[in-house]
Amino acid sequence: MTVAVPKTAKRSAWTNARLVCPATGMDRPGAVIVEDGVIADIGDITPGENIQTYDCNNLILTPGFFDLRVRAGEPGEPEKEDISSAARAAASGGITSLALMPDTSPVIDDAGGLAFVSNRARQERSAKIYAWASITRGANGKELSDIGLLDEVGAIGFTDGDSPVADTRLLARAMRYGRAFGVLFSGRPEDVSLAGGGVMNGGDLSGAMGLPGVPPMAELIGLERDLRLVEMTGARFHVAQVSTARAVEALRLAKSRGLSVTADTAPQYFLKTEREVEGYRTFARLTPPLRSESDRAAVEAAVIDGTIDAVTSAHTPQDQESKRVPFSEARPGMVGLETLFSLSWSLVADGGMGMSALLGCLGCRPAAILGQVKSLERGRAADFALLDVESRWVIDSGEFRSRSRNTLFDGEEVTGRVVRTWVDGRVVYKIN
Amino acid sequence: MPTLTPAARNSHLLGINGLSANTINSILDKAARGPSADKPLAQKVVVNLFFENSTRTRTSFEISAFKLGADVVNISTRDSSIAKGETLLDTALTLNAYKPAVLIVRHPNSGAVDLLAQKVNCSTINAGDGQHEHPTQALLDALTIQQSFGTLRGLKVALCGDVLHSRVARSNYHLLDTMGAEVRLVGPDTLLPSAAAMPNAQRHLRLEDGLKNIDVVMMLRLQVERMKGNYFPSVREYYHFWGLTPDRLRVASKGALVLHPGPMNRGVEIGSEVADDIKRSAIVRQLENGIAVRCACLEMVTGSFTPEQ
Repeated sequence: MTVAVPKTAKRSAWTNARLVCPATGMDRPGAVIVEDGVIADIGDITPGENIQTYDCNNLILTPGFFDLRVRAGEPGEPEKEDISSAARAAASGGITSLALMPDTSPVIDDAGGLAFVSNRARQERSAKIYAWASITRGANGKELSDIGLLDEVGAIGFTDGDSPVADTRLLARAMRYGRAFGVLFSGRPEDVSLAGGGVMNGGDLSGAMGLPGVPPMAELIGLERDLRLVEMTGARFHVAQVSTARAVEALRLAKSRGLSVTADTAPQYFLKTEREVEGYRTFARLTPPLRSESDRAAVEAAVIDGTIDAVTSAHTPQDQESKRVPFSEARPGMVGLETLFSLSWSLVADGGMGMSALLGCLGCRPAAILGQVKSLERGRAADFALLDVESRWVIDSGEFRSRSRNTLFDGEEVTGRVVRTWVDGRVVYKIN
Repeated sequence: MPTLTPAARNSHLLGINGLSANTINSILDKAARGPSADKPLAQKVVVNLFFENSTRTRTSFEISAFKLGADVVNISTRDSSIAKGETLLDTALTLNAYKPAVLIVRHPNSGAVDLLAQKVNCSTINAGDGQHEHPTQALLDALTIQQSFGTLRGLKVALCGDVLHSRVARSNYHLLDTMGAEVRLVGPDTLLPSAAAMPNAQRHLRLEDGLKNIDVVMMLRLQVERMKGNYFPSVREYYHFWGLTPDRLRVASKGALVLHPGPMNRGVEIGSEVADDIKRSAIVRQLENGIAVRCACLEMVTGSFTPEQ
């Protein structure tokens, strides 16, 4: 026989923290009280009796990060990553919300597919999971997906993942059609025919290595087209994975003209260059490809000055079979959930970026792009990351919670580490 | 170019755009009174020249011409010299030799009926040119609405669905706007024309917004071929958001009337419950009014009835 126990509110207090909230501009010492997964009080407060209290040792407590661009191998390739392992990996990176890419197998292009992902996502408690849906059926660029029905069942936005929609008229129709639902579109800018199946940055190095290259100009031409379509249709649009100096310049100009677009990149594009490909290192095969030093520097500057709104992990797990092949045959992408914060922190540690600005790029700004909120305010979900920005450590892919280990940064020393992560007030990650 | 030219030797009805409210009113009054009993078109030849398949419009004109005593010749393009490559203007010259009184033309290209009208020695009625105008459809719709509401002035009328490709919508917009009705265009942005094309109409992308307090709902036929052009993703999705169902009509004003130019795609733009609801649906009455309106138009272009200017 069971006895009904009256439900009491679960309360906990996290004291002695440096509270940093880019959304509200808060940066102060204080404490946060969490009740039933929600922020009950925050600031200069003293928790009362009968409340579990933990000391944050003056570390930074900030809203959990929001990763716009995550691939799990589910459905299709769960051996590389499933939604559960991705959520656990996210937790160890301080990422409390993430949006799954739709270019799975099968592609998430109808309400049934989206329902599958949503049901799986609801079972995960380590992270809040959102799902993109594809713009075109099978992400094949030929016919529109059921944009309205997908929006109705909760698609967070529409993208064909790494494949740009090559047919300009089709993308224009999608954007106009989507206005009935106010949906967000996103795409990686690239002129597909100019890119022509390249596997690395197009230039002197690709020439020397004998590998087909994607010219940086393909990104600019693709971006200019996308921006003009936004101008023509009035669609909401997010530019994904900016990797070149020319694209940064075009984006800056578009924003100064008042065009309402947002953009993201990933740490590899402001930390690494095409030199990583030397030795035909397949872990350096990425989409878009790593570029030249001047491109890298321009992307870094664009994140620092805010032209690029969000830094994403572009987490793309690949197993050994997908990478231990000749360079041109290797599947593109690298994992990034667990290193997103530490790699990005280099912009603050070495690049002179403000702490709050960087944390905004990882949290409240990507959240806002998807119409979500990440902030330290009373009534908001208690989704936090606790950061030790002095800690120096060495990335060891052997310790990843992700099922895949394909990172370019294995063995590199970095500064800044996530030491604890909460989702709805529950600790979902704690450093050993 | 004026669409109605009574001063010239031949008068034409090429479109609604350019007709005055007085002219429209007198055509509607004439249609309501019914055709003249004295067979004003006796001994005259009326040619139905249809470059596009049509059953109801062609038959409607044919019956109207018979009622007025005319001899009617149907030329369908499949079994004529047009199918052998004759140009539109050569066809006009050929027809001139037969001395018809009225030429009734439907053509897949916008503007083609205007061109033909300039080259023939008889009156011309546009029975639908491309995506441009279909004036007799707009007149019969107006007569149908008038029978229910007494007037067009101040009524809220929604043109729903594929407005972009619809000649029915263009003619109806001009007529309703001229007569002082409030016109709304309702459909996905991909199927609405640019704002300047129908400047006084309000645009609504969602049916539930566009039908609020509406008096008349004009459903337009959705050509399923449009799906290949990616104007919308699927019939299933289209019906879900823009299909007319009793549920969707709940926000309309009490006694709202539903019109459809036909042929209907049940389960695409209109549900059977609505199409077959005799209290709401005026679809059968539209067909009856088609004869009355076309008789009035035939009498007008042949001079046995002169509308106000």
